[in-house]
Amino acid sequence: MSGCDDTPDIPGSPVEATGCGGDVVLETIDVSKCYDLGEIQVHALRGVDLRICDGEMLAIMGPSGSGKSTLMHLIGMLDTPTSGRIIVGDQDVSDLSPNRLAAMRNKEIGFVFQSFNLLARTSALVNVELPLIYSGVTGGKRSQRAKDALERVGLEHRLGHYPSQLSGGQQQRVAIARALVTEPSIVLADEPTGNLDTYSGIEVMMMLQDLQAHGITVVVVTHDEDIARHCERIVRLRDGHVIDEEIVADRLIAEQEAQEMTPEEAWE
Amino acid sequence: MNVFESIRIAFRALNANKARSILTMLGVIIGVAAVILLVAIGTGVQGDITGQIEGIGSNLLFVFPADLEGGGGGPGGGGFGGTAFAVEDAALIERRIEGLDAVVPVIEGPATAERGNRSIKTVISAGNEDVDEVFAAELAGGRNYNASEVQAGARVVGLGSTVAEELFPGQDPVGEEITIEGQRFVVIGHTEPQGGALTGDQDNQIYMPYTTAQRLLGTRDVGIIIVKASDPEEVDLKSAQITRLLRPKFGDNVTVFSQEQTLALLSTILGTLTFMLAGIAGISLLVGGIGIMNIMLVSVTERTREIGIRKAVGARTYDIMSQFVIEAVALSVAGGVIGIALGALGAWAIDSLVPTQITWWAVAMAFLFAGAVGIFFGVYPAWRASRLDPIEALRYE
Ligand SMILES: Nc1ncnc2c1ncn2[C@@H]1O[C@H](COP(=O)(O)OP(=O)(O)O)[C@@H](O)[C@H]1O
Ligand SMILES: [Mg+2]
Repeated sequence: MSGCDDTPDIPGSPVEATGCGGDVVLETIDVSKCYDLGEIQVHALRGVDLRICDGEMLAIMGPSGSGKSTLMHLIGMLDTPTSGRIIVGDQDVSDLSPNRLAAMRNKEIGFVFQSFNLLARTSALVNVELPLIYSGVTGGKRSQRAKDALERVGLEHRLGHYPSQLSGGQQQRVAIARALVTEPSIVLADEPTGNLDTYSGIEVMMMLQDLQAHGITVVVVTHDEDIARHCERIVRLRDGHVIDEEIVADRLIAEQEAQEMTPEEAWE
Repeated sequence: MNVFESIRIAFRALNANKARSILTMLGVIIGVAAVILLVAIGTGVQGDITGQIEGIGSNLLFVFPADLEGGGGGPGGGGFGGTAFAVEDAALIERRIEGLDAVVPVIEGPATAERGNRSIKTVISAGNEDVDEVFAAELAGGRNYNASEVQAGARVVGLGSTVAEELFPGQDPVGEEITIEGQRFVVIGHTEPQGGALTGDQDNQIYMPYTTAQRLLGTRDVGIIIVKASDPEEVDLKSAQITRLLRPKFGDNVTVFSQEQTLALLSTILGTLTFMLAGIAGISLLVGGIGIMNIMLVSVTERTREIGIRKAVGARTYDIMSQFVIEAVALSVAGGVIGIALGALGAWAIDSLVPTQITWWAVAMAFLFAGAVGIFFGVYPAWRASRLDPIEALRYE
C-alpha cells in the first residue's frame, strides 16, 4: 500500500513560480499535499515552488480541482503540507502546532472568502473586531481600529448592521475590513468576486488594489481571467503543479473601470 | 484572549437564542429548586422537632413500658399495648432513686370536651403536680393543678390553646366550667400555643391530675413515666438505675430514653431523610445537566461554520474551548441562581403549612453543584468544538 508517502510523477515538467522581484514574504519549497482516503490517495499538490514578494499583487489561477484552494489553505496556515517547507517571513511554519498556526494566521494573514464568512448574528463592527479579540486588543482601542477599517472600505455608516441587512458587495467589504484590521502582511482572497455582480466585483477589486497600494501583499485565487488581470503576476496551476507564470502586461485598474461604467451597468 | 472576552462571547450567543437558553436552563432550575425546597423542609422539620424537645429541658428521661431498643422478637416484647406501667411504678422510682426533681406518671386518652353547644375532640394528658417541670407548655393564664388536687382527684383542668380557643373564643376560660365525657370540670388554667404541626397538635390537649384521669378514662395504665434528674450530668446514671429498678417486674420491657438520645435518634432519622430527598432532587439536577450537554452538542454542530471563521482569524483551541464551556456554565449557574430563588420562594410560601428553613450549606451546595454540572457536561461538547478542523468547518454548510 503506497499511502501518501511517495508522489508519483505525472507528465509535464513543473515550473518554479519564483519570478517576483524584491523581498520574499512567503515561500513554498517543493510543497506537496496528499489526502489519504484509505482506498485512494488524492495528490492535491505535487511539489509547488512559489515565492510571494513583499507588496505584490498575485493571482493564482487554474481549473477546478487543480489545487488552488489547497495551496491557499497552506499559504494561509490553515493547514500544514504533507511534505515540503513553507517559510513565512523568516519562520518555517511547516510543522507548527494548530495553536501556533492560529497565532501566526492572526498576525500575518487576512482572509477574504467567496462566501464572505461573516458571523450572522453579529454586527459589522463586531465582525471586524473578531481578529483583534484573539490578538488581545481590548476595549476602546479595539472598536476604534474596527471603525477605522470599516471606514477604509466605505462602510462607516453601517457599523451596527447585521450581515443579513447588507448587500453581497457590502458584506464582502466588511470581510475585507476584517482582513485588514490586524494590519497583516498578506491578504488572501479565494474567489472574492465569485458571489458578486460585476459592479460589486469591481468594487472589491478596487479595494484589494487599494490595500496593495498601502503596502499589503495581496493574493487572489480565481478562475476568472478578467479578475486575474487586476494583479501584477499570474501563477497557473494544473493537477497540483505550477504550469505557468506570467507578468501581467496591461494590468486592469478597478478604479478606472468603475468610472467608465455607465450607471445602467453599475446597477444591473 | 482573556476570560471576560470569553464570557462576553458566551452571553452574546446565549442571548441570541433566548428561548432555547431558557428551556435548557429549566432542567437545572427545577433540580436546584427541588434541592433547596426539600432540604429546607427537612431542616425546618428537624429544627421544629428538636426545638420542641429542647423546650422541655435537657435532663429529662422518658421511661417506656416496652422493649424499644431490642428490635423485638423476644417473648412478651414489643408494643405499647403489651404492657403498661402503674402509678405504683412511678412511686417506686421516686422512693428508691435519689437525685430526681420530678417523677411524673403520664396517662393519656382521647376524650370529647363540650361547653354549651361547642365541642372538640381532644386528648387528655394527665400527670401529677410536678407536671410543670416536664411539660413544655407555658401558662397563658391561671395555674397548674396542685398536690392536693392530685391527691383528691379534683375535677380541675388546664386547656391547651386550641381547646381554649374552640370552647371559649375570645374569652378567658379560667374559672369557667366545661363538660368532658358528660362530667363537669372547672378550668383553672390555659397554655400558650406551642405549634408543632408535624408532631400532632400539641395544643389540642386537656391537662388534669392523673387521679382524675384514671376515673374519667376508667384505666389505671400509665403509658409513660417522665423523670427529671436534678443534675444533667447524671442523666445516664439515673437511666441505668431506673432500668435496673424496674427489671424484676418488667424484664426487658423497659426502655429509658434520655432526651439526648431522643434528639440524636430523631436527628439521625430526619437527617437521613433530608439527604435522601436532596439526593432525589440531585438526580433531576443531573438530568438537567444532560439536557445542557445535549443542547451544547447541537449548538456546536450548528455553529461549525462560526467556529471555522473564529479559527481562521486566529482563535486557538483554548479560545473555542473556553467559549463553549463558559456557555454551558453560564446556563447551569444562571439556572442554579434562578432555582435557588424559586426554591427559597417556595419554602417561604409553604412555611405556614410545613416548617422550612433555608440553610447556607444547601444554597452553597446547590450553586456549586450546578456550576460543576455545567463544567462536567460542557467540557465534552466544547472539546469537540475546539478540535474542529478550520478548513472542514469553513466548508460546512
Ligand atoms: N479534504 C479533502 N479530502 C480529500 N480530497 C480533497 C480535500 N480537499 C481537496 N481535495 C482534493 O484535492 C484536489 C484539489 O482541490 P482544491 O484545492 O479544492 O482545488 P481547486 O480549489 O483548485 O478547485 C481536488 O481533487 C479535491 O477533490
Ligand atoms: Mg477552490
